[in-house]
Amino acid sequence: MPDPKHSGALLQDVVFRWIARAFAFLVLAILLAIIVSLIYGSLPAMQRFGFGFLVDSEWNPVTEKFGALVPIVGTLVTSTIALVIGVPVSFGIALFLTELSPPWLKRPLGTAIELLAAIPSIIYGMWGLFVLAPLFADHVQPWLIHTIGAAPIIGALFKLPPQGIGVFTAGFVLAIMVIPFIASVVRDVFEVVPPVLKESAYGIGCTTWEVVRNIVLPYTRVGVIGAIMLGLGRALGETMAVTFLIGNAHQLSASILAPGNSIASALANEFTEAVGDVYTSALIQLGLILFVITFVVLALAKLLLLQLAKGEGRRT
Amino acid sequence: MNLDIAASRREGAAPGKHAAAMKIAVRHLDFFYGNFQALKDINLDVAQRRVTAFIGPSGCGKSTLLRTFNRMYSLYPAQRATGEIVFNGRNVLDSGVDLNLLRARVGMVFQKPTPFPMSIYDNIAFGVRLYEKLSQREMDERVEWALIKAAMWDESKDKLKQSGMALSGGQQQRLCIARAVSVKPEVLLLDEPTSALDPISTAKIEELISELKNDYTIAIVTHNMQQAARVSDYTAYMYLGELIEFGATDEIFLRPNRKETEDYITGRFG
Repeated sequence: MPDPKHSGALLQDVVFRWIARAFAFLVLAILLAIIVSLIYGSLPAMQRFGFGFLVDSEWNPVTEKFGALVPIVGTLVTSTIALVIGVPVSFGIALFLTELSPPWLKRPLGTAIELLAAIPSIIYGMWGLFVLAPLFADHVQPWLIHTIGAAPIIGALFKLPPQGIGVFTAGFVLAIMVIPFIASVVRDVFEVVPPVLKESAYGIGCTTWEVVRNIVLPYTRVGVIGAIMLGLGRALGETMAVTFLIGNAHQLSASILAPGNSIASALANEFTEAVGDVYTSALIQLGLILFVITFVVLALAKLLLLQLAKGEGRRT
Repeated sequence: MNLDIAASRREGAAPGKHAAAMKIAVRHLDFFYGNFQALKDINLDVAQRRVTAFIGPSGCGKSTLLRTFNRMYSLYPAQRATGEIVFNGRNVLDSGVDLNLLRARVGMVFQKPTPFPMSIYDNIAFGVRLYEKLSQREMDERVEWALIKAAMWDESKDKLKQSGMALSGGQQQRLCIARAVSVKPEVLLLDEPTSALDPISTAKIEELISELKNDYTIAIVTHNMQQAARVSDYTAYMYLGELIEFGATDEIFLRPNRKETEDYITGRFG
């Protein structure tokens, strides 16, 4: 006969195991539920537009003709701008904090960066709209148009009269928003590099830059790529700040100064006014596309890491 | 047992040993971690092309002393040294010293193997490229030369493109020695280079040290007194940040002048 105390403990264990298992499977169930409802909701639009939905740039609720090219391009371009600006700055910040900063400055600076991450995105949007956009329209964009805009080929990216709001401004604010994420994760992974490894590089006469370039970065690249992906994930899905700044125009332009639209801001703006099944369904399909883009980005990052691990040989 | 080893070494002592030129002269060196004084008025000479061993219990300051020779402590803002360390006629503690150049001349190998996250070949070529422009062929020769010097060539010549991190611990440590040697420094600082290694790897590295002293001035920190007795020409015994006794290894191990030294080397240390 098992004593009562023991069988009670046994039961506790079993119950606990099942509860934990249920919680874990809950995540899978929610993920599946979201995918299924997105697909189900987009079926009408899929049947009507087919794959043309992905490459058509027309978005006309009046004629019920919908194509997702403009928001897709807008999402990708704003995120790219965010990374192009945000990644080097984040590196600079992380590098300064781990290698160069005097100790008394480390903590306040690190805290400031974390606070930047805590600012709600709508505040970034408001600030961007009321402060940054006029500043850009009056000073930054005219300068860009006259300098880079005059160059051949890439000059086409910087044409059009300066308006302040647009794809470029949205991307810029996104950059500010992803910097705290990337910078703080990169700082953390830089800090786990064994001091003795850095010392041995300094020990053969490396400068700080050479140590970072040749030792710290290769040693931490998995973490660094993870940090960039975290930032990219935020940039792709960011809604409020982008909605304030991107201009919400369903038009395709070669210039990144022009207003455009992103998937998230199209959804935020238009769901309330979507009448009719096709319009709603088209918006849901936009959501599905954003989901797929995020998934593909994550998968590519994983693949990249696998390739890197192969190239480097096995670590022991 | 220590005495046996020391005695066997005594017969092999070169007569001209005490005439060795000095490479590094330490004068009135004090060292501080913040407010804590870790070294107190250290004075000694490191002889050229000889092995000088630093022994003493943990926390006695021997590693700290080693790290002043290439100013490694300067990476950390709270650490500072005062006094003089004269190397090639110049006080390396002066603020105007080019630290990168100093560290290229005074190489260092650490307690734990520290291969860089790159191939075996690049682990060595990397340091050489910092200060020399070599053709591909010259670089190949230099890498081979350094690996031969570190007794690593036979084991690694077929896998130069493999990651240095995939080697065994002993091989990694010899790779680090090859890397330190490859930039042709004048002095090699070894900070407990065998404490993380098995006895066979340790024996190989000790042989290597005896080889290398023909070309380099070597300073080694070790916890292993037999090792100090086996590989070194001069030994410094340190305790609580002070240099208690310094002299020819045979003298220190056979006829120490100070009672503290004798207690430590005979294992009677409290």
